[in-house]
Amino acid sequence: MKLTLKIWRQKSPKDKGRFETYQVEASPHMSFLEMLDVLNEELISKKEEPVTFEHDCREGICGTCGLVINGQPHGPNKGTATCQLHMRFYKDGDIIVIEPYRASAFPALKDLAVDRSAFDRIIQAGGYISVSTGAPQDGNAIPIEKDQAAHAFDAAACIGCGACVAACPNASAMLFVSAKVSHLALLPQGKVEARRRAQAMVKQMDAEGFGMCSNITACEVECPKEISVTNIARLNREYLSASLGSEV
Amino acid sequence: MSFDSNTPPGPLAEKWSRYRGTMNLVAPNNKRRIEIIIVGTGLAGASAAATLGELGYKVKCFTFHDSPRRAHSIAAQGGINAAKNYANDGDSVYRLFYDTIKGGDYRSRESNVYRLAEVSRNIIDQAVAQGVPFARDYGGLLDNRSFGGVQVSRTFYARGQTGQQLLLGAYQALSRQIAEGNVEMYNRHEMLDLVLVDGKARGIIVRNLLTGELERHAAHCVVLGTGGYGNVFYLSTNAMNCNVTAAWRATRRGAYMANPCFTQIHPTCIPQSGDYQSKLTLMSESLRNDGRVWVPKKQEDAKAIREGKKTGNDIPEEERDYFLERRYPAFGNLVPRDVASRAAKVACDEGLGVAPTGLAVFLDFEAAFMRYGQSKAHSTGLHNPSSAQVRELGVKVIEEKYGNLFEMYEKINGEDPYKMPMKIYPAVHYTMGGLWVDYNLETNIPGLFAIGECNFSDHGANRLGASALMQGLADGYFVLPYTIGQFLSQDIRTPKFDPNAKEFLDTEKDTRERLEKMMNVKGNQSVESFHRRLGKIMWDYCGMSRNADGLKKARKMIQELREEFYKDVFIPGSMNDYNPELEKAQRVADFFELGELMVVDALDRNESCGGHFREEYQSEEGEALRNDEDYAYVSAWEYKGWDQDPVLHKEDLVFENIELKTRSYK
Repeated sequence: MKLTLKIWRQKSPKDKGRFETYQVEASPHMSFLEMLDVLNEELISKKEEPVTFEHDCREGICGTCGLVINGQPHGPNKGTATCQLHMRFYKDGDIIVIEPYRASAFPALKDLAVDRSAFDRIIQAGGYISVSTGAPQDGNAIPIEKDQAAHAFDAAACIGCGACVAACPNASAMLFVSAKVSHLALLPQGKVEARRRAQAMVKQMDAEGFGMCSNITACEVECPKEISVTNIARLNREYLSASLGSEV
Repeated sequence: MSFDSNTPPGPLAEKWSRYRGTMNLVAPNNKRRIEIIIVGTGLAGASAAATLGELGYKVKCFTFHDSPRRAHSIAAQGGINAAKNYANDGDSVYRLFYDTIKGGDYRSRESNVYRLAEVSRNIIDQAVAQGVPFARDYGGLLDNRSFGGVQVSRTFYARGQTGQQLLLGAYQALSRQIAEGNVEMYNRHEMLDLVLVDGKARGIIVRNLLTGELERHAAHCVVLGTGGYGNVFYLSTNAMNCNVTAAWRATRRGAYMANPCFTQIHPTCIPQSGDYQSKLTLMSESLRNDGRVWVPKKQEDAKAIREGKKTGNDIPEEERDYFLERRYPAFGNLVPRDVASRAAKVACDEGLGVAPTGLAVFLDFEAAFMRYGQSKAHSTGLHNPSSAQVRELGVKVIEEKYGNLFEMYEKINGEDPYKMPMKIYPAVHYTMGGLWVDYNLETNIPGLFAIGECNFSDHGANRLGASALMQGLADGYFVLPYTIGQFLSQDIRTPKFDPNAKEFLDTEKDTRERLEKMMNVKGNQSVESFHRRLGKIMWDYCGMSRNADGLKKARKMIQELREEFYKDVFIPGSMNDYNPELEKAQRVADFFELGELMVVDALDRNESCGGHFREEYQSEEGEALRNDEDYAYVSAWEYKGWDQDPVLHKEDLVFENIELKTRSYK
């Protein structure tokens, strides 16, 4: 199939950037990123600079890739990362617009790559359980109800790709933050520090310049791991009780 | 250079606890002054960085990713082994040790493997305390499943994302240390060389991948947790950026590379669909708990399937060959990976493959749907259910167990595995070989340590499923933080090293010249095209089966290809910029040299063992023929440069606790 690609090109963080148009011949068996590989091989054969995009595992788990495809982070398919999207969902003659995430907390680097280190700093602010390596109690010492463990897992499945931020008109990081807060607060091991954690992570999120949540829920729709917005409700509850709750 | 395994004396079961109780310590006030460089933030690197930070050392940690959480450990699906015996099925530390040695076809060091089995239990406790959401049963206790090559259930799992959850646990522990200032984190920095001062590892040269700038970093010692080299085959289940550069640069500086030809070909991957493909996807081994592997008995049926005239569902039961169950009745579909992969290759070589390329076998869940469905119907009191009802119930059970894997298959392949049997084929997955290390996980270069997949130490010639996560975390959480003290306790009076010293400047200059040389070729072929050609040579001649003639031919081909690379490669952009093509180029350049060494190693080893199958050495039934008389050793190679033959050093493997037997899964 013949496709027309309109791709965002930007030489450096300071460059203004612009769309460039390319033609590419793809097969329906290709993945979306393999289609871009083919384009890049062509550009290199013409001694031109290939399009910079970030990617690694190519099986939807590392969270490195993340393109905005025709306006949607990770493209049209539900619960699918960019690297898992296949060209059989496109047809001959399609025009595809490919852009980077756009959010002030994710500064542009080059072409389709952005800097998502704000997420790391949010985790550093409190997205962990304070246990050092050593000899904790036996793994089976604290039973955890099966469904409870499953809910914690659902929240923990976040891959930190940032699509939630890209999807949100306010560029809010609430889905990302709430997923970690929920994952840990739902487990007895993480309950101990739950209040402090929620406060510290929200404070860092605000400092990074992410926007406010206004319950649009586009984040949930575009999340490749289908993380639920009920986590945001849980975060709000944790945060509120931490802010209002008495220490004694 | 020292070349001693430094295995402590005493009975096997007491070696580690005695050694740990008597080894040298570094006092807290001295720890604060000692700097450690850790390269890599996968399970091994992140867990080591977090633990050493907690202990009070000054840690500098490097990754080429944009965040430590992206390391390829994240993609491990199936699970992590531990000798907990929660299932009460006769498991023990000894049995895990025994299974690992036997699974590795008797080519690993007893003392290291026993220690691994011992600390496996601590890992589960540690991970649970960190909030890793392992699967649980209705009583709220941890659930287990089985993996290949064993007859107990000792694998802990978090759906099909165990690696992700364990890595996030380690990443969070690391994040806590970064926040506390004990670990300084350098994202988007790739190690390009190792700096030696007076023969000891004291620093590294890294490239800032955003600016292209070279930086010199000094420390009292250097730890590599930089993973395996499966991408030498171009197509593998490794992430696109996995590479051997850090380990290879250490080899170039004198570290021995051990057993490089021992690579693991994983039997259950999604088959290749076209030439443009750059990456293969694994389907977890856990699927072989419930899936049955088969091909049609008749070539004409296989042909009809390949041509799309029939599907797997059209082949009646009596016309199917469940070849693993037939050949290996004791372990059936759960034979180890090397055995399963070779059997699939044999079936496809006989013209029984079921994909258009001829390279695929079926992995079928029909029997499991019905078995689970019946059990579910029984437990819910459903009397005389129709077979459609039973199947539907069974599908739900399988969905709960492997839902995300089935989804992943459908996304890539486009076929619904709940309706059609999966098609799978072996692919390169893991490398058992790696930097040679002693019992302390120290290489033959003093002060250079290697942990996780990056070292050679625990898996012999074949790794058992769910043991990579175990080893990475064992090394990082529970072994290295102790053993590193043996080296550092000698260095408590050593002041900080100066990154402006001559050794650092010289090594930086080497690195710059190497990169300039590549940039200046300005030829006509892309890096990718060279990598693809190298991968094909490796796969054809040093892949699932090898022979002396092919290996000799491959060595020559690699040499010629490398020459062509330095004459005709084209790298766009500049050295002083964010340039992924340059990153790829220097990685591929190192793969050429490693690839040749793998071929040399495979040629040296005139036997078949584990993942190393030499066609000349097989039984009449086509099983691997090991030669313990002549080859019960670790091949530790000293690299002498491109134009000279590498020098082989042998570490004889001594088996005091296990009797060497023919490895049989029949």
